[in-house]
Amino acid sequence: MKKVYFSEISGNSLGYLALVAGLGLLVLLGLAAFWYMEYNGHWVTGMNDQVVWGIPHVFAVFLIVAASGALNVASISSVFSKTAYKPLARLSGLLALALLAGGLMVLVLDLGRPDRLIIAMTKYNFKSIFAWNIYLYTGFFVVVIVYLWMMMERKMNKYTHAAGTAAFIWRLTLTTGTGSIFGFIVARQFYDSAIYAPMFIIMSFSFGLAIFILMLMAIYGGTGRPLGDAILFRLKNLLGVFVAAVLFMVIIFFLTALYATEHHDVVRFILSGDNIYTKLFWVVQVILGSLVPIAIFYNPVTGTSRAWIAIGSILVILGGFVQIFVIIVGGQAFPLVLFPGMEVSSSFYDGVVGSYTPSLPEFLLGIGGVAVALIIVTLALKVLQFTPNSLADEDVDPHYVKAK
Amino acid sequence: MSNKASNKELVNQKRRAILGGTAAAITGAAIAPGVFLTETAQARPLDEPVNGKIRWGILVNTNNCNDCNDCVIACQEENGWGIGSTDEQKSRPDQKAQWIRTVKVTNKKTGYTKTLPMFCQHCENPPCVDVCPTGASFKRADGIVLVDKHICIGCRYCMMACPYKARSFIHEKLTDQRSYAPRGIGTVEGCTLCIQRVDNGEDPACVVACSNSLIFGDLNDPDSEISKELARNGGTQIRADLRLNPGIIYQGLNF
Repeated sequence: MKKVYFSEISGNSLGYLALVAGLGLLVLLGLAAFWYMEYNGHWVTGMNDQVVWGIPHVFAVFLIVAASGALNVASISSVFSKTAYKPLARLSGLLALALLAGGLMVLVLDLGRPDRLIIAMTKYNFKSIFAWNIYLYTGFFVVVIVYLWMMMERKMNKYTHAAGTAAFIWRLTLTTGTGSIFGFIVARQFYDSAIYAPMFIIMSFSFGLAIFILMLMAIYGGTGRPLGDAILFRLKNLLGVFVAAVLFMVIIFFLTALYATEHHDVVRFILSGDNIYTKLFWVVQVILGSLVPIAIFYNPVTGTSRAWIAIGSILVILGGFVQIFVIIVGGQAFPLVLFPGMEVSSSFYDGVVGSYTPSLPEFLLGIGGVAVALIIVTLALKVLQFTPNSLADEDVDPHYVKAK
Repeated sequence: MSNKASNKELVNQKRRAILGGTAAAITGAAIAPGVFLTETAQARPLDEPVNGKIRWGILVNTNNCNDCNDCVIACQEENGWGIGSTDEQKSRPDQKAQWIRTVKVTNKKTGYTKTLPMFCQHCENPPCVDVCPTGASFKRADGIVLVDKHICIGCRYCMMACPYKARSFIHEKLTDQRSYAPRGIGTVEGCTLCIQRVDNGEDPACVVACSNSLIFGDLNDPDSEISKELARNGGTQIRADLRLNPGIIYQGLNF
């Protein structure tokens, strides 16, 4: 393997400027949507007292989960010493920071009182996993920035392994915290399960890597830098394993729930109900988001086609987003069980499947968060040396010479 | 207002009398003998902090509950929500706050039906308090679970965590509210057990409206009416399997 040279992207082309302008516009639209919801109150959104977390939370949780997963490529290089991944480590760290920033923006701006953020930063109830997450999220920024510094400053390179290990442990803890937001809810039938923590970790591996692959293809395609097949195929093979692992966790989750009679109703609601969550679960999460990408990645024809790898990655992201939607919104839509086995009704929608119709401002806020993540990456690539000049096989594939 | 203040003083005097010993108790009885006979002995003086000796609770006899909604209306008028306020005009029906509601429960197999009031169950181990990141959801020493409106950031995690759906989120700006029951846009609220009344030695508004089915009192005091009734006829807690030990206890739920 040759020496790897990193450089900033030139960022002078019309395409680059148009990209920044387009993303900037989406960020502004997101902020305008926030202002609209903040000014009027949440009555302008689809949320209600039955489904209290809607589309903004789906975007926020998806981005936060993907953020920790995006760091995985760097971890494979620094912690597990796989040299093939080393040239990708800086971009992996950058993407992790950017996705977390975007996710947190959406989460904070959807609070009922975002103006009280300072209270969230100063008053803590340490029995709440939310309070722990505030530390885990802010700490993640610090840990990953230090890690990037160790990687990018030649004098500090000797500490890369230590910093990378710290970041790896931190990100596992962070995703455990995110999954536990749902795992720790005893009141609702679809939550209250320890499997949420490990399932979210595996989900982060999958979503983060899918985004990383697309970013890599977009950056190298957009800048005309060479990107070799070896590294790309290695990444997509890994993604296929992660997608299968998520599917495994989902199957175990439902099997465990099915074994307990008390959970039969909620399992039936998600898996065979006459509702949007059942359709989304089977069609988008399982078929389009899991089985189709696995088939694409491991089929000899599509698995070696860049276009197909990109389509597979997009499908993984789509399936992941829908998975979070089914967990968050579907989990709330299933009515609370006040009297197990009994039929209940009231003026407060007891016993009724919660309805939720997302509003445009909620979508715009969520898309604004995605745009924040993308614009951070776009601008950072121009000012710092995150990407190697070449990811061609002869430059970065450690097995290239031997293969010859 | 002055009338209210003198009433407060009267209650305080009575409380001090009870706590102060026999001689003072006689004085208290002389001042307000009627009140003394009907009030329970758990109340604390207003100038003393809430303490853990008391555990406030409500016993609901569902056998007497007839779907009349009196408790709900009394709560709305006392605390300024629903018909008790001109607010929440923009919110959709599924967005409007409900501190207390009547729930109809039916056994599908037998058709046996009961109606009961459902509101914050003032759990001993409240999940809403556990999950609240800032500590805005809190439990007073006397068992009343409240939301500190000043530090609630509106994250709604408590609404996710409450097994009784006892909390509501305020979706719009409010102007018409009671000074003793503050509410606010972007924050979460629920039954306060009428602390403004309880701290003044009065029963919660729902209990006053429906003395037929509801008994309010100190669950820690074996001589209180609520404890005596529980000792006589027992009671059940809703979702007792969660072991949250709610302070709201029901009778007649034999489905």
